[in-house]
Amino acid sequence: MSQTQADDVMKSRPLYGRLVPKQGSYHFIVADGEGGEAVASLLNAAPDMKPRAHIIYIPGANGTDLTGMVSGLGARVFHPAPSYASASQRINKVLGDAHMGLQLYAAGTEGLIGQVQRDAMAAGLPHDALTTEQRGSLARRVQCVHCKGITENVTLDPFVCAHCGLNLFVRDHYSRRLAAFQGVCIDAEDPGEVPPSEERFK
Amino acid sequence: MSNQTRMNVTVTEVVEVNSLIKRFRFVREDGGAMPGFSGGAHTVVEMDDNGTRRLNAYSLMSDPADSSGYEISVRRDDSGRGGSLFMHKGVKPGMKMVISQPVNLFGLDLRARKHLMIAGGIGITPFIAQMAQLDSLGHRFELHYAARDADLCAYGAELSARYGERLHRYYDVEKQAIDLANLLKTQPIGTHLYVCGPKGMIGWVLSTAQKMGWPKGALHSEEFLAPPVGEAFTVQLSRSGVSIDVGPTQSMLEALEAAGIDAPYLCRGGACGQCECKVDAAEGEILHYDHWLSDDQKAAKTHIMPCVSRFKGERLVIDL
Repeated sequence: MSQTQADDVMKSRPLYGRLVPKQGSYHFIVADGEGGEAVASLLNAAPDMKPRAHIIYIPGANGTDLTGMVSGLGARVFHPAPSYASASQRINKVLGDAHMGLQLYAAGTEGLIGQVQRDAMAAGLPHDALTTEQRGSLARRVQCVHCKGITENVTLDPFVCAHCGLNLFVRDHYSRRLAAFQGVCIDAEDPGEVPPSEERFK
Repeated sequence: MSNQTRMNVTVTEVVEVNSLIKRFRFVREDGGAMPGFSGGAHTVVEMDDNGTRRLNAYSLMSDPADSSGYEISVRRDDSGRGGSLFMHKGVKPGMKMVISQPVNLFGLDLRARKHLMIAGGIGITPFIAQMAQLDSLGHRFELHYAARDADLCAYGAELSARYGERLHRYYDVEKQAIDLANLLKTQPIGTHLYVCGPKGMIGWVLSTAQKMGWPKGALHSEEFLAPPVGEAFTVQLSRSGVSIDVGPTQSMLEALEAAGIDAPYLCRGGACGQCECKVDAAEGEILHYDHWLSDDQKAAKTHIMPCVSRFKGERLVIDL
């Protein structure tokens, strides 16, 4: 299991905790990839949550698929989805219909947690209203600050923007509004002088 | 150090609202526009009470869109230290006074989908400005206002006339109480909760909301404390190298100011944190009365808030 270390990080870089049960009227849980394991620990620690739990599970981009295990956890509602985009309408519908007292949990990759947080904030919740746990791949969701295109699951640094083709350096600078890290052109002054890519976000 | 820009104002109106509350209107002496403020802001009013300088914070209750003057309401506290009594007995229309620029420690979070406000007694005043602001912005809000009886429910009738079903009034004498659990259960996602009133009410509302799973970021409260009276004590200032006596009805901050020390302050009511001081030595008990320091900080005797807190013991040395 991978966890971001708290030391030496930029202030905007999000940090994550553990999925622990919270008091509330309803429990809405969104997870991807290895995040399914965190959901299992959560529901096993607090089985009384199950009749009031709604889980959306998305297989990881790295191939980890715990759909079978998570569907058997006994939540009142279980909904598998192939991607965040395909689940997004349901997530916004649940948030839109809910009342204060709903507890929101997100587990898995930073890209998933960030998008749940962004949608929660769009629904009017404060940014700290989420319980989060980072599990699985450290791959990042990165916005190219030049063309504004977002590249998902970035593991290399620098990498080539999937939209405009610039060579981007991945910063720790994070935007909650976009749910993305910022990628900045690394060879703007000396085009073509690009350091070799390293797999920084496995 | 106190960093407050003060304004010379004239009192233009003093209105008796009910048996306990008077309303005051201030306009600038130079005829200029008042600085803009947002709903929830307060001003610190300076009083010269027969040679005793008193500074009390009062919420601004006038419409934030009105830059011609500020209005505050003051509840008379007959057993208090005298600030509210001075306002009630000593302040007349035409009088010149000094007030501070507005400061907001109880602002609206305009990202909210809905604003749920709970007021107790004189705690209504910041909400009057906030509702005017929200109404002009077209934001969704409702206010629940509890008071002892119809007479002490200041501005209740006119607020009901202005805001209709968005305003709910409760009178203690008629045994009407806010059905808090039900109210909190039925709020849409994105609602922010604001409470201003007596200490017991604030504690009840916040703890109920937390138990029902409301996130901390959606909870807002404001309570200004009057500096409590107590036994006289002496405080030593390590940087200035002087000792200052604090009288029984004086706050430590007031004693520092009376000795000519420009100590930092903002709310003077234990809420904002501006006057926080490091404690160099405390042989005795610090009587912490603020809402600012954490319980650990209070127990460790490492910090003190001179605006409201006191000391009992042999020796207190602070870093000032």
